[in-house]
Amino acid sequence: MRFDQHRTLRLLHLPKGLVLRISAYMGLAFLHLPLVFIALYAFNDNSAGYSFPITGLTLRWVSLAWERDDIRAAIGLSLSVAAMATFIAMVLGTLTAAALNRDRFFGKNAFTTLLILPIALPGIVTGIALLSAFKLMDVTPGYWTIVIGHATFCVVIVHNNVVARLRRLSARLWEASMDLGADTLTTLRYVILPQLGTALLAGGILAFALSVDELIVTTFTAGSDKTLPIWLMSQLSRPRDAAITNVVALVVMLLTAPLIILAWRLTRDGDAKPNTH
Amino acid sequence: MTEASAMARTALPALPTLGHSWRNSLSTLLYQRRTLTLFLLLLPPLLWFGVVYIGSLFTLLSQSIFTFDEMAMSVSAELTTDNFVSLLNPANYDIVLRTLGMAVAVTLGTVAIGFPVAYYMAHYAGPRERGFFFVGVMLPMWASYIVKAYAWTVLLAQGGVIYWVLRQLGLLPVLEAVLRLPVIGGDTLATSNLGRFLVLTYIWLPFMILPIQAAIERVPANLLLASADLGAHPFKTFTSVLWPLAFPGVVAGSIFTFSLTLGDYIIPQLVGPSGLYIGNMVYTLQGTIGNIPMAAAFTCVPIVLITLYLALARRLGAFNAL
Amino acid sequence: MGIAIAFKDISKHYGEVNALKQVSFSVEEGEFFSMLGPSGSGKTTSLRLMAGFEQPSSGSLSLLGQEAAGTPPYARDVNTVFQDYALFPHMNVLDNVAYGLMVRKMPKAERHALAQEALAMVALPEHGQRTPAQLSGGQRQRVALARALVNRPRILLLDEPLGALDLKLREQMQVELKVLHRKLGITFVYVTHDQGEALSMSDRIAVFNHGRIEQIATPRGLYHQPRTRFVADFVGSANVFAADVAQALCGKRQSFAVRQENILVSAAGSAPIDGALLMPGELLTVQFLGASQRLEVQVGSQVITALQADKSSGSSSLIESNLLEAGQPVTLQWLAQHMVMLDD
Repeated sequence: MRFDQHRTLRLLHLPKGLVLRISAYMGLAFLHLPLVFIALYAFNDNSAGYSFPITGLTLRWVSLAWERDDIRAAIGLSLSVAAMATFIAMVLGTLTAAALNRDRFFGKNAFTTLLILPIALPGIVTGIALLSAFKLMDVTPGYWTIVIGHATFCVVIVHNNVVARLRRLSARLWEASMDLGADTLTTLRYVILPQLGTALLAGGILAFALSVDELIVTTFTAGSDKTLPIWLMSQLSRPRDAAITNVVALVVMLLTAPLIILAWRLTRDGDAKPNTH
Repeated sequence: MTEASAMARTALPALPTLGHSWRNSLSTLLYQRRTLTLFLLLLPPLLWFGVVYIGSLFTLLSQSIFTFDEMAMSVSAELTTDNFVSLLNPANYDIVLRTLGMAVAVTLGTVAIGFPVAYYMAHYAGPRERGFFFVGVMLPMWASYIVKAYAWTVLLAQGGVIYWVLRQLGLLPVLEAVLRLPVIGGDTLATSNLGRFLVLTYIWLPFMILPIQAAIERVPANLLLASADLGAHPFKTFTSVLWPLAFPGVVAGSIFTFSLTLGDYIIPQLVGPSGLYIGNMVYTLQGTIGNIPMAAAFTCVPIVLITLYLALARRLGAFNAL
Repeated sequence: MGIAIAFKDISKHYGEVNALKQVSFSVEEGEFFSMLGPSGSGKTTSLRLMAGFEQPSSGSLSLLGQEAAGTPPYARDVNTVFQDYALFPHMNVLDNVAYGLMVRKMPKAERHALAQEALAMVALPEHGQRTPAQLSGGQRQRVALARALVNRPRILLLDEPLGALDLKLREQMQVELKVLHRKLGITFVYVTHDQGEALSMSDRIAVFNHGRIEQIATPRGLYHQPRTRFVADFVGSANVFAADVAQALCGKRQSFAVRQENILVSAAGSAPIDGALLMPGELLTVQFLGASQRLEVQVGSQVITALQADKSSGSSSLIESNLLEAGQPVTLQWLAQHMVMLDD
């Protein structure tokens, strides 16, 4: 009996790291499997849909996609909505992070929950709630309704980034600045905001990416406008356009990827780089 | 001696803060009245969230006690509890159970697949490898939801990759046997609960990996070493030391998988057998039919469930792991 | 010389915790005033009240003759050197030092010149372009000092500035700070938990304990005439004897302290010194410290520590003889004038 236990133990110990490693990489591969196929179908020579295996590769879909007006309109709308929503989220998110940076105050927990709600509750709830409110106020869905929806759940993303950075800032910096003669506003300008810079930027990037990709809430608040995800969804009922759909998806992926990596690098580096003035 | 006297020579300009301009008064006021500053900081966000978000939530939820006239297809403000009562109809109740069941299954699935990834990232990966994994997990998260979902339908289709691979490996009979199983099976992979489970698990996987990774990172590596040193079998170390400490991360991740599954109406449409989820139901009700009261009643289910779950999660320490 | 800082019945509490309990004292202009005590004793709180980072819960605080309540830190003629230096990481050293001048809207050329002079004063003239991250602990501390001093405050507050430095550097900085103080002629208020530091640098020391001041005196005054048991033990090391021991020895019913270096340990039976008070005991340990030796003697239920010169020298045979050994019965002797009667 003991001998067997030993063997099993050894079998589990030695390759234990290996088993874990394989599972981890397999999990990662699982995550990327469909993305590979999106790329594959984006260059599929056979325009008759999604048969497998692929018969040949071509780049012609890329140029065709670029010439389509509806694609450019959708991309344009998504970008401008994201820009405006990100701006609002950055302002509000900084304010909330600054407010919540203090020690406890009445209602702090409730407020934090409030911030998380738009992301915690299913998108469909937020979407319908906003839509019914707009209808009640006789507001026609359009650019601003989309922006309002997006800004609301983007706030918490900026908030989290700024709070994490504020937590790393020594309280002494604030005191040191005041000790040297700078009042609140001056301290904010010369000491705090430069420190927050990269965290704000990272939060903004993530909020931007989230806004560009958002589908569910947008479906309800967009009315007849088509943001990029909405356009993509409408394409799904057109298998003949499969390749173009995949091209657009692939391009969006390739464009968002470096932004996400940048945002991640910014939050990892921590302290702001020094600059003389 | 010379340094001190040189410095003493140039006169320093007066501190601007000693004057009495409006700016100084404002600054001093903000400094002394901490509560006022707090209030001013919170006012814009409070207004936004209060008016926009809570306000619209309220208009929705308040309609759940309104009446829907099926003849006229219009909503009237007569108060009634009919909508909530009809939630208990077998048909509607089935919808809730079905959605809830899948949410639980997906949560478990993401933990099963995601935990090794998270653990590897947190403790075994070298710094460069960890960066590689981070990017590798985050990128799919930001790739378009709808395209990922549709790519899966293609993968799962009978003319698609998975069938092709299984056919080559001669494992097709195995798949067909699985598909004959009662709950998880279906006609084809793409119209089975198994398929739906795969897609949902895939889509929410990054949301589970990252919080778990963050939680495990906070477990000092020497705790696990200590456990082994004290003679614990690796599995015992896992159950007694690693899992309890990583648990808040699991709970944090489960907030997302739960919530996202409860409200999803797109993937259930694309993949899986017929049979509505809460999301589909709500979508159909508020859409062409216009039965907002019933739709609102349905949305109360995930709202209540998630609020309860959030409260539970906070108790379990998940908010620190977010 | 007037009064730089005056505390009148100052109390400060944070919720349930009472950090300061009706503390009153004053600091004279131009003096080097130290606040000494263990952590949590209230010395740092007092410093923060002076700087303006906190407001007293009750009592009145005046700076340079003016009531300071409600004045924010940026309006006080006081500058602080923080324990962790608090240099701005996103600016280089020169901009850090010139910060206070920049806030006053001084033109760039002028403020950089003054900052450069300040850096020269703390012996870092070449370091202007570096960033704080590139400096060692000692260098950062000097930059923090320069940053405070360039604004020519009338009062400089220092919050355990040498805590993070190693011994040699600390001793060097102590000397430099003392020299600076003399050169500049401004008021220094220095917080430390290291009694040796306080003794070597200060004009006067206030000993804090549990939110109250136990004694304020000059270094020598504190050392030779501690008023309470706490001060006797915190400043230098003393043996504290209970009141009944005093009663038995010399008739006075009051606890007293005798400094370690004032107790002579001699073999039992050897001739006592004229006029000395005697106490028998058993020698426990002898520690050779180079120029001196530390002996621990069991007297009743107490262990008394004595520090005396180690006179062993000469040929090897003589060194090891004439030494006291552990377990040997000994007599403790001290002169009555070295007995310090305590208030508690």
